[in-house]
Amino acid sequence: MAYGTKVLDHYENPRNVGSFDKADPTIGTGMVGAPACGDVMKLQIRVNSEGVIEEARFKTYGCGSAIASSSLLTEWVKGKTLEEAGAIKNTDIAEELALPPVKIHCSVLAEDAIKAAIADYRKKAGRSDSANAA
Amino acid sequence: MRKPIYLDYSATTPVDPRVAETMCRYLTLDGEFGNPASRSHAFGWQAEKAVEQARADVAALIHADPKEIVWTSGATESDNLALKGAAHFYQNKGRHIVTVKTEHKAILDTARQLEREGFSVTYLDPEPNGLVDMAKLEAALRPDTILVSVMHVNNEIGVIQDLAAISKILRPRGIIFHSDAAQSAGKVEVDVAALGVDLLSLSAHKVYGPKGIGALYVRRKPRVRLEAQMHGGGHERGMRSGTLATHQIVGMGEAFRLAREEMVSEAKRLSGLRDQLLRGLSDIEEVYVNGDLEHRIPGNLNISFNFVEGESLIMALKELAVSSGSACTSASLEPSYVLRALGRNDELAHSSIRFTIGRFTTAEDIEYTVRLLHEKIGRLRELSPLWEMYKDGIDLNSVQWAAH
Repeated sequence: MAYGTKVLDHYENPRNVGSFDKADPTIGTGMVGAPACGDVMKLQIRVNSEGVIEEARFKTYGCGSAIASSSLLTEWVKGKTLEEAGAIKNTDIAEELALPPVKIHCSVLAEDAIKAAIADYRKKAGRSDSANAA
Repeated sequence: MRKPIYLDYSATTPVDPRVAETMCRYLTLDGEFGNPASRSHAFGWQAEKAVEQARADVAALIHADPKEIVWTSGATESDNLALKGAAHFYQNKGRHIVTVKTEHKAILDTARQLEREGFSVTYLDPEPNGLVDMAKLEAALRPDTILVSVMHVNNEIGVIQDLAAISKILRPRGIIFHSDAAQSAGKVEVDVAALGVDLLSLSAHKVYGPKGIGALYVRRKPRVRLEAQMHGGGHERGMRSGTLATHQIVGMGEAFRLAREEMVSEAKRLSGLRDQLLRGLSDIEEVYVNGDLEHRIPGNLNISFNFVEGESLIMALKELAVSSGSACTSASLEPSYVLRALGRNDELAHSSIRFTIGRFTTAEDIEYTVRLLHEKIGRLRELSPLWEMYKDGIDLNSVQWAAH
């Protein structure tokens, strides 16, 4: 399988690898995929009080394209509002990395991951807000 | 050291220089370029003589009579000729065939085709070590079973099936026994009489011969009949028409002759290298050998590195030429059907690498491979959320995965 130069770059030098504390209320965690399918992505975002993503971290079990898709995503979401980050489309990722058709699902998984991370953050924020109100 | 290091000898082997040199003498005007079927002049006679010497050399490796060797284009064609040829010839006797789920696609897809033609096929599950259970095989046989096909050595995990035990079950019932020996000839002793096979598929390019040539052993005593699948000039006693590729055939003959001479010493050397590789990897956590280690050819090591996906590992190991049981490159995303048939879970099947070593592999190659694997496995596990969960003591089977 021949990979594009951007995929290889992200694979060789993945950006923002690591983990945040899941329990931290400023952290949103998205875990998508399944070992059975050959890829699992964990994407975490740290969100400030203005609703802007300050930092992102990822860990991915999967092929080079899956690793590159999640690595790229952590770069893209940094500095974006939750709305902006949630609007990132898998096609943008696939295009940027020049993924071949059989690897499109890797970009779909990355889109699912950021959506899941945002949903997790909002769920936690909602709960802590109502806790503050009470 | 030449890189990438070639560790994919079960995919194909380089042609041995001694074989290539022999082949070159059967191509050009100053060589023996004649058609072996030409009866009217010396060009034909010389070519025929070379073909018959090669036939004798191939037969000798498997302890067969040269008259029992039919040239084909390779093991895939041999498998097709054996299965379709026997099924078509004996279909009035019965229309049931038994094979195994871990067979090569040349067997499985041919069996599927026979199913489309109205035959019924039983696909046996192997045991977790990759070997066929004799009781299960016996239980699958029916009064209308005409043919059983079980490969000698598996291409992915290198396990050796007990063909002699299988033939003991089949012989009294008069069931034809075929075996694909593409991965065993030249690696372990193959004696068609001792193994009790009726049909045996052979390939040249797995044994340091050229691609595009193979053979099918067809037993004469008791005689096994086949319906031809390729019609034409009636070559190969009517079983496989087509002008014989003299240079390919002498290549296969020379490769098999060398294999017979060097097999014992080579097997010993390869066992040593395989053990060196296994020892070198044994201090890595969560490493699993796929397939039985004892009943296995010397040159094969199939290993799952848990929590690391196979394709990304291959990418990390670009200095090594190896193959993976993970099929993320195909649209199906299905991991190796062989490893799945052993009952390996999806993570392990997706995390497997097949190392196959051969005639030109050195101890330095293995040493380098071990060092590289330690480094890359560590790096990829740092990237793996599954490894992190494992280290946190989370049971991955208890996780509700969002399958996609």
